[in-house]
Formats: sequence, structure tokens, C-alpha cells
Amino acid sequence: MVSVSDLEHCLHQVADPEVPALSVMDLGIVRSVRLEDGLCQVDLSPTYTGCPATERIERDVREALEALVGVGNVRIRTVLDPPWTTDWISDEGLRKLEDYGIAPPPRRTSDKRSLLSIHKPLACPRCRSIHTERISAFGSTACKALHRCLDCLEPFEAFKCI
Amino acid sequence: MKWDTCDASVQYLLHLGDDALILGHRLSEWCGHGPILEEDIALSNLALDLVGLARQYYQLAAQRIGNGMTEDRIAYWRSDREFRNHVLVEQPNGDFGDTMARQFYFDAFHFLQLEALQHSSDIELAAIARKAIKETTYHAQHSSEWVVRLGDGTDESRARITASLAKFWPFTSELFEPSSVDRAAHAAGWGPDVASLRGPWLDLVQEVLEQAELQLPEGHAKLLRGKSGIHSESLGFLLAEMQSLPRAYPDATW
Repeated sequence: MVSVSDLEHCLHQVADPEVPALSVMDLGIVRSVRLEDGLCQVDLSPTYTGCPATERIERDVREALEALVGVGNVRIRTVLDPPWTTDWISDEGLRKLEDYGIAPPPRRTSDKRSLLSIHKPLACPRCRSIHTERISAFGSTACKALHRCLDCLEPFEAFKCI
Repeated sequence: MKWDTCDASVQYLLHLGDDALILGHRLSEWCGHGPILEEDIALSNLALDLVGLARQYYQLAAQRIGNGMTEDRIAYWRSDREFRNHVLVEQPNGDFGDTMARQFYFDAFHFLQLEALQHSSDIELAAIARKAIKETTYHAQHSSEWVVRLGDGTDESRARITASLAKFWPFTSELFEPSSVDRAAHAAGWGPDVASLRGPWLDLVQEVLEQAELQLPEGHAKLLRGKSGIHSESLGFLLAEMQSLPRAYPDATW
């Protein structure tokens, strides 16, 4: 008999397609997992509105769970509100990001109300120097920004705080 | 389908969604043509966010229309007269300074609009706004920083951003002139009184222009009615390109 914790354990193996070091559980986008009469209900929240990985994640989650509860027995609902924030990435997720070479987002969602922001330098995930600068707020995926380390001179990506 | 007689909440969603789709499409035209790689990526990211936002509005509108309506039908099978976006967002990209000036004016407006929509009495609309404002904050910072960088840069960059800001200035008055749908939405508690956003918008714009050591452009407002379907000729060309594939191959799927 499959239990909710089996399902959650299974979701820990489903990787984010764009940052494969993180599972969907580490990312904090799985809002709830329920099991009723053999039917599995999952609530997912998108990270970014236009994130092209959203549909892929939904498919991966569905396929992983169907292996446990059977084809056609998984219902996935998209929940927008309250909106996902980088604060929901687990502590383990933050560690995995850094090990993967992506500077993790600072804890505490930014509440920026000025259009002219002040950028706090992030620590370089390679040499830990905080002598770094932001190159661009927009990177290879919607969730990342581009930075560079002024000590080891390596460019690096940072997970954007939202 | 009679778009101008459908439910008022649907018409309001089209107002909001059309701004996001048309500006998102304009920005996507920069993909592969950005002045530097980082900006090429940034503009494509902005486009992605805005098209994603348009999809949220259209999906909700389609659900409320029912009868098998889809987001794609809303995006690809309406003519220019049936689009409800502001005339500002359909304006051609021009050079990078033009694109940043257009974006800067719109981002500041969009930020204030979403701030108000977070408290909409339409809870599904409020949920979309609470999500989108986080992304739009990044957009507004990006375009503001470019206005400062160009304004406070070389003589050339300063002259060009000054010209770009002046060029789009007359289009900004439409943002604060309520359409009949805006009025209905405000009365129902769905959205802000757009006229009341003008003051806070000017404050945001002025704060950035001061930093850039630029003056607020002067010039007369244009009388524009994009929100009633009266557009500039640019929109027709944009739609012809954007809609050509689904219209030529109506059964095409990804």
C-alpha cells in the first residue's frame, strides 16, 4: 500500500530540469501531496510566470507518481497564491545550489519598492570571496542572474531572490 | 465571437493580457539582435515573463468565456481592432535606447498597476498580480538602470536616450486615461482608478530621471484609444507576423 511519505520520497528524486542539482521538493514548489482512494492530488507552484520548465516539471512529477499509483491516478493543480518565493527553497537545497556552483539566494524575500536598487555583493561559490559584482540581473534561465568574482575572476550564476 | 460584448471581467483581462502579450512579442524581436550578449538574454527574459503573464490572463479569460475557448484562440485569432493594449507597447523597437525608454515608461506603470491589482476583489486576478509583481520589480529596475546609465553616460548616449524618452512621452498619457472597461473594473473593485496612478508614476519616473541627470520630456499628449481597439498601424504588422503560423496551419501543435 502506497503512503503519502512514499510519494514524497519519490518526489525527492524528481529533478528540476534547469537546475538538476535540486529536486522539486528542495525547490519548495510542491505545496501539498494528498492521497485519497488511490488517487494522488498534488499542488504545484510555478517559480517564474514565464518559466518554460513549468510544463516539463508537471510532466515529470506526473510520470514519477504514476509509477507508484498507476496511470491516470495523478491530479496536478497549479497554485499561484501565495506566490512562490526563494525563501521556500530548503536549507539542503541552498547547500546543493552552492555545491553546484550557483550562488544561493539570500534568505528573506526582497521587498524592493525603489526602482533604483542597491545590490549587496554575493559570495563567489568557487572561492568564497565577497569581492564580486553583478553583470546582469538576467541569466541563462528566468531564475538566475549573472555575476563575476573580482578575486578569482570567474563568472558565476546566482539564484535570484524573489 | 463578439469580444466587446463579453463579460466585463473578461474584457478587463484582455486589457491586461494584451499589454503583456504585445510588449512581450516586441521584446522577443530582439532575440539574437541584442547589442551585447547580456542584454540579448535580458530582453528575451523580459519577453518570456510577459508572454507567460499574458498566458495567465488569457487562460483565466478563456475559462470564464467557456464553450471551448482557449488562450491560443484569444492570442492568435483576433484582429487588431479586437486588441485592447495601450498604443505605447505596440510601438516598434527602434534602437536599444528606444526600447529602454518604452520599457521604462511601461514598467513604472505596470509596477503600480500590479501593486493595486494585488488587492483586487477578483481573487484569481489578485493571485496573478501577487506573482507578477515580483518579476516586474526586476523589469523596472533593469530599465531604470539603463536610463541612468545612458543618461549619465557619454554625450552620444545621453543625446539618444533624451530623444527616445521624448519620442514615447506623448504615448504615456493613454496609460492614465480610463477606458469604459477600466471604469467598470474600478467600480467593481477589480482594478485601480488608472487616473490616480499618474502622480505616483511621475514620482517614480522623476526619481530615475534625476539620477540620470535628465529632464522630464515636454510635449503634448496624444489622444489615443488603443484600449478601445483603435491602434497605430504598427500593431497590424506585428499581428501579421505573430499570428501567421496558427492562421496558415490552424491544426498545428507543438
